[in-house]
Amino acid sequence: MSFKSPRIVITGVGLTAPNGNTLSEFRHNLLSGVGGIEKKEIRYMGELLAGVCHYDALKYQTKKEIRVGTRAGSISIYCAREAVADSKVDFASFAKDRIGVYIGTTEHGNVETENEVYAISKFNYDTKYWSHYHNPRTVSNNPAGEVSLNLGITGPAYTIGAACAAGNMGLIHAAQMLRLGEVDFAICGGVSESIHTFGIFAGFKSQNALASHPEPLKASRPFDKARNGIVISEGGALYTLERLDDAIARGAKIYGEIAGYCVNSDASDYVLPNPGRQAECVRKALASAGMAPQDIHIVNTHATATPLGDIQECQAIGAVFANCPDTYINNTKSFIGHCMGAAGALELAGNLPSFDDLTVHPTINVDDLDPQCALPGLVINQPKKVGKVDAILNNSFGMLGINSTLIVKRFTA
Amino acid sequence: MTKDETKQVVLDIIADIAPDEDISNLKPDVRLRDQMQLDSMDFLDIVMELRKRHNIEVPEADYPQLASLDSCAEYLTPKFTALGK
Repeated sequence: MSFKSPRIVITGVGLTAPNGNTLSEFRHNLLSGVGGIEKKEIRYMGELLAGVCHYDALKYQTKKEIRVGTRAGSISIYCAREAVADSKVDFASFAKDRIGVYIGTTEHGNVETENEVYAISKFNYDTKYWSHYHNPRTVSNNPAGEVSLNLGITGPAYTIGAACAAGNMGLIHAAQMLRLGEVDFAICGGVSESIHTFGIFAGFKSQNALASHPEPLKASRPFDKARNGIVISEGGALYTLERLDDAIARGAKIYGEIAGYCVNSDASDYVLPNPGRQAECVRKALASAGMAPQDIHIVNTHATATPLGDIQECQAIGAVFANCPDTYINNTKSFIGHCMGAAGALELAGNLPSFDDLTVHPTINVDDLDPQCALPGLVINQPKKVGKVDAILNNSFGMLGINSTLIVKRFTA
Repeated sequence: MTKDETKQVVLDIIADIAPDEDISNLKPDVRLRDQMQLDSMDFLDIVMELRKRHNIEVPEADYPQLASLDSCAEYLTPKFTALGK
């Protein structure tokens, strides 16, 4: 299958991460070893570790919009407006019905449902105290819908539920819609508000998959022998995607080109990953891009610092990139934790500047590398200057066995 | 509770549900909707907050009674009084 026509390019980036609220700030911190994990009080559970975003919500929303909407909606609006501004598109005169909003989410609605149950617990669980905002806040399309309201976008605006593979899925789906001619401009990526729901923490805790560490910034440690689970984070990264001809016609800055992708399913377990299917996902993405493993210069791993999951992903990557001396491997979660639905999109953003600075950001917190994760090319603790970065391969995998691999290449005319 | 105190109760609620609005010069005899951005969900907020904060029920048929500060005072003050407030 050809993925080459029409060509799709990235023309804008907007993001908020636990360690940065712009691409330049995020990138600077990734190259400086600055993470963003802190202690946070979680309802019913006490003090836990989380990646918290500190963007200025009032930059693009009124106080009332923040009160009525959701955190995922607010993150989406911030990222969307930042991306649109970064793209320098003439948004005011752009046909709003030709703009699509495609936002990946791991889950949506848990936060508001938990809040309402907690609120009515103060009234002896009398449901007449249940908020009339519950339904508009919890519908699955809420984050994308809030973007459409905020920006006056009248084209398709919806979310894509794909667990923690969702961030990549937002971009993949947008590329597909642009290729089909359904829209002329897409705002896409992934967001997460998951740190505001105790259920996500409690679920991982019960699964023995929640990270703990006396030093918050050391807690997220993929590939380290002492890794003990996931640090849950919030965040978002939304991109503007356009067909290449449109981007060139308006003189847009081009961050990179969508080269290929694959989405597949394990069909093997609710939570356990499947390295065979992951490797297949990577290989199919390479095939769709018309690339060999040797053509990839950065592989951004999904690894979440669970004892088994990291090893399994390393098996998958090791199988595909066995003879690739110019392929470097890193992990962004070691800085920001697991941003769930935003993970794939944010982690791609963290690596996009490599096309310009030819530097691979490291995986930090590796004090004692697990030999089962000792992939050749793994960039540990210090950034690595490399000779060439022409293609980035970004993995994101999720529960119920959903896998997504996205390849972005350097734009050349 | 006096009618002025009832108006203050309503103003306190409005301040929370419309935090971007300047409510210092609301005219008591003019419909709230004609002086500020309030939609139907906001009115439901006023009803909900009266219920949560003051244990006052406003049946849907009586929603028009909440149109202005004056009408709120007329309608709500007897309810506060009945609750011993």
